[in-house]
Amino acid sequence: MTDIATMPRPVSFGRRLKRFMADRPLIPLIILLIVLVVILQILRPGIVNERWLANTAKFAIPLAILAGCQTMTMLTGGIDLSVGTVATMSAFIMATQIVNQDPTVAFLLAMLPAVLIGLVNGIGVGVFRVHPLIMTLGTSLIGTGFLQVYQRTVIASGAKIPDFLNWLGTGVTYGFPNALLLFVPVAVLIVLMLNRTGFGRLLYAVGDNERAARLSGVRYWQVITALYILSSLLAGITGLLYIGLIKAPSLSLAEPLVLPSVAAAVIGGTSIFGGRGGYTGTIIGALILTVLTTLLTILQMPEGGRRILFGFIVLFVTAAYLRIIEDR
Amino acid sequence: MSRFIRNQGWVAGLFALLIFLFVITKLIQPGYGSGDFGSLARAVLPYAFAVAAQTVVVIAGGIDLSVAAMMALTSVTAASMMNGATEEYALFVVPFVLAMGLVLGALNGVLIVVTRVPDIVVTLAMLFVLQGAALLVLGAPGGAAAEWLKASVIGTVPVPGLPDWADAWVPKALVLLVVCLCVVWIPLRRSRLGLSIYAIGSNELAAFRSGVPVARTRIIAYALSGLFAALGGLSLTISTGIGAPIPGPYLLASVAAVVLGGVALGGGKGGLLGPIIAVFVLRLVRTDLTLQAIDPNVTAIIEGAIMVAVVMFGAFITMRSRPAGATP
Repeated sequence: MTDIATMPRPVSFGRRLKRFMADRPLIPLIILLIVLVVILQILRPGIVNERWLANTAKFAIPLAILAGCQTMTMLTGGIDLSVGTVATMSAFIMATQIVNQDPTVAFLLAMLPAVLIGLVNGIGVGVFRVHPLIMTLGTSLIGTGFLQVYQRTVIASGAKIPDFLNWLGTGVTYGFPNALLLFVPVAVLIVLMLNRTGFGRLLYAVGDNERAARLSGVRYWQVITALYILSSLLAGITGLLYIGLIKAPSLSLAEPLVLPSVAAAVIGGTSIFGGRGGYTGTIIGALILTVLTTLLTILQMPEGGRRILFGFIVLFVTAAYLRIIEDR
Repeated sequence: MSRFIRNQGWVAGLFALLIFLFVITKLIQPGYGSGDFGSLARAVLPYAFAVAAQTVVVIAGGIDLSVAAMMALTSVTAASMMNGATEEYALFVVPFVLAMGLVLGALNGVLIVVTRVPDIVVTLAMLFVLQGAALLVLGAPGGAAAEWLKASVIGTVPVPGLPDWADAWVPKALVLLVVCLCVVWIPLRRSRLGLSIYAIGSNELAAFRSGVPVARTRIIAYALSGLFAALGGLSLTISTGIGAPIPGPYLLASVAAVVLGGVALGGGKGGLLGPIIAVFVLRLVRTDLTLQAIDPNVTAIIEGAIMVAVVMFGAFITMRSRPAGATP
């Protein structure tokens, strides 16, 4: 028996490759991203240029920030489906309030619903222990209702997109989209927070083993409440960025981003059951989804076919990723 | 035994709440009569089937995010097949659509079992796929429904031996609902398969070790969910006369009613009766608000707030009744 245990088993190349990928989960993701870009270049030679890169980044950034909300909540075993409504609310309020108000006041008014929804989510999930999926779906329903009522009160005053948001959302300086000015600090903050601060470790701890975390003195509800407020605030800021990009305030502005944001976090390797994952993978996940959308648009696939393929790819990537990770 | 009392107590409490709501409705609107009850039953029909679809899967320890999309797909399929076709052709359409739901639901289950990806991600991916398929079948709301099908939910069922005034309180839609649910649910509940579904939801490992075919049971649970969702889609087409490719608000409603109906989201507990009563409660609240001439958007807010509050309350009760220190 000891013979078998001590004998170095011959390791095939395939296994070694798998193990290598399992140790560095980002590498298969980056390879996938590159493959997608190469396919794009083959299908439409010359498309991958500076302008395309800037454009892709512009559209990937709102998705990546919302996916950051999902990553953080998913680390604790939760999910935040209210991000779409929160982003839409703050964008819509900003666009309508800026007409008569000072920009600072308008900004604060736009962030108010984000904080409130985050607080309600946090209390529901942290104190009352409601399943996060239901809690956030419920608050997003309530938020949409409020938005519809609000819309009628401002229908006369009209809406406009502040120049600053326009510049931030659409502008490009020296080939770099201005949105990076917002995204880079946010991304660095999230990554540092998750890896270097106590709060980040608490998120992993709560998601990995909630009971153990509680018994070691973690105040669960405080962590969760802070987390959902943070997630909502980020979503609100994303809404402001997104309105500068889309330039048409509507009541379903950011709603189409919700499910892709979950998909981006999942593709990026964050476990939906909590305790495992990180933000770097999520950013690449968001990029993959954005490139994929471009690819499908170029293939002139009808909207329906695009969604079908999108679904299967999310599923396939997650399954493949799980296979690689499981071998660890 | 005490658990049995608690579960039945929950359903009884819900039923009392429903009666209470009927009394309130009668007080608000003294003219509330059998005709209004009939339209309530018609409005409940698609919701009830969505809830039934969700219930089966939740009892088996999973969740199905694709319920609403499945309903949209089956609804547009039925509507476009019946468009311009003869009345008799609908006799073929109904079983075809039901079989489609069954197969697509089973596909959900197979994907979960084979890929080992968390159910929440698989059904999310299927949500994209089914939504896309619905858009491919019918790009915009349209299609038609056979007259005899439309007639099958309008009016009342003449029950021999009942006086006319009592007969008026037996709307066809309610009878259809009860018959469809009972035909599937009662044999299931009494069979070995039903027990297996509860077993894998309650404790998958224990079920596996006692010889329950976990994979097969899970696939069947999702197939049944697909069947119920197809019934929901059909009832949508029947009651509106057209098919709409954009899914309605059935996902949140189904999850909320499942929780309100006393089915634990962890699985293994509860029945079908509770969630169905819960749907009636939620719809009746909406009716009451409409009768009070409240703005429909405000109604949406109140409805959402009630759903969230109820879910919070339910979670609070479960938390209190659990022995201290136990993990959820």
